[in-house]
Amino acid sequence: MPSITRTVFSLIVINKAGGLIYQREFQPGLRKLSTNDYLVLAGTFHGVHAITRSITPKIPIAQPAPSPATSSPSATAPTASGYSYPNPGVPVTGLDYLETDKFRLTCFQTLTGTKFLLFTDPLTGNVENIVQKIYELYADYVMKNPFYQLEMPVRIRLVHILVSGDDSVSYTKTTHFSRTIERTQQGGSRIQDKQK
Amino acid sequence: MSANKTSRIGEETRVDKVNAELVTLTYGTIVAQLCQDYDSDYQEVNKQLDKMGYNIGMRLIEDFLAKSGVGRCANFKETADMIAKVGFKIFLNVTPTVTNWASDNNQFSLIFEDNPLADFVELPDDGRAQDELWFSNILCGVLRGSLEMVQMQIEAHFVSDVLRGDETTEMRVSLVRYIEDEMPPEEE
Repeated sequence: MPSITRTVFSLIVINKAGGLIYQREFQPGLRKLSTNDYLVLAGTFHGVHAITRSITPKIPIAQPAPSPATSSPSATAPTASGYSYPNPGVPVTGLDYLETDKFRLTCFQTLTGTKFLLFTDPLTGNVENIVQKIYELYADYVMKNPFYQLEMPVRIRLVHILVSGDDSVSYTKTTHFSRTIERTQQGGSRIQDKQK
Repeated sequence: MSANKTSRIGEETRVDKVNAELVTLTYGTIVAQLCQDYDSDYQEVNKQLDKMGYNIGMRLIEDFLAKSGVGRCANFKETADMIAKVGFKIFLNVTPTVTNWASDNNQFSLIFEDNPLADFVELPDDGRAQDELWFSNILCGVLRGSLEMVQMQIEAHFVSDVLRGDETTEMRVSLVRYIEDEMPPEEE
C-alpha cells in the first residue's frame, strides 16, 4: 500500500447568507485566525463564490435550441438571447476548489445554499466522499435538532465526528457535554488508543 | 432524469425507519390536541398544521438531499416526480400519483392511494370537521417549506380527502415562482 496522506485540517460551514455558522479544527497545521478573521473569510468566500458563479462563460448558440424541453421559457429563467451555458442540463457552480502548495480548500454547496468548506492537504484524496458524509451528519444532528434555529451558529455538544484515515467519517455519541469533534489519523489510531 | 431512474432512487435510498403506528398515533394525537386547544376552530387547526409542516420541511430537505444524493431538477415536472417517487417514498413509504397537470405545467395534483398519517382515523362527528378540517394538512406545509429551501415558492392545499367521504385524497400543488437569490445585477 502506498502511504497516502489524509489530512483534514479544518471544516467551515457557511449559511446561505454568507455567515459563518461552524468552524472546527481537526488537525493542527493551518495557522490560526482570530474569530473575526474567520467571519471575514466566510463572508469573503461567499461573495467570491457568487461572483465566480455569475461569470461562468456562455457560448453562442449556433443552431436552434437542441431540444424543445431545454428551451421552454416557462420553466427556466430567461437566458441571454443567442447564448447558453455549454451544458444546459448541468447547473452552474461557482468556485469548487482552491489550491495552494500547502493546502486545498474544497467547497461543497448544497442545493439549499449552505456551503461546506473543507481544508485538506493537497494530496488528500476522496474529499467529496468525506464532505458528503459530513453533510449527512449535518442533516441529522444539526437540522433535526428541534432547538436548532436555522441559519444560526451550530453548537454540537453531544456528538463526536471522527474522520478516520480510511476516508470514512463516523461518529460516536458522548455522554458528557464536551464540544468535541475529533479526528483520527492514519487508520483511526486514536480509536485504538482508547481501546487499550 | 428518467422516471424509472427517479423511482430507483426512491427505492434504494435508505433512511432509518420507525414503527408506522407510532407515527400514526403521534400525528393523530397532535391533531386531536390542536382541535382541543383551538376549540374546534378547524381553519386555525389547518393553519397550525401547515405551519408545523413548514418548519419540518425546511429541516427535512437537508436530510432528503444528503441521503438521496439527487441534484437540482431541470423543471417543475421533474420536481413533481422527485417529490412523489423519492420524497414520499423514503419518508412515508408511499408513492402518490402525479396527475392533473395544468396546461402551463406549473400546477399538478398528488393523489394518495394510501396515507399512513390517516390510518385508523375518523373525523369528529360534529358536523363541521367533515367540511373544514384537512387532517393531513401538515404535508402541505412540509412541501412548502422544503421547496422554499431549494428556491421554489409553491402553494399547496388539499382538495379532497377520503376521511371526508371523498373518492380520493388529492393535494394540489402550484408553483408560484422560482426564487432568485443571485446578487442584484446593477450593484457595481
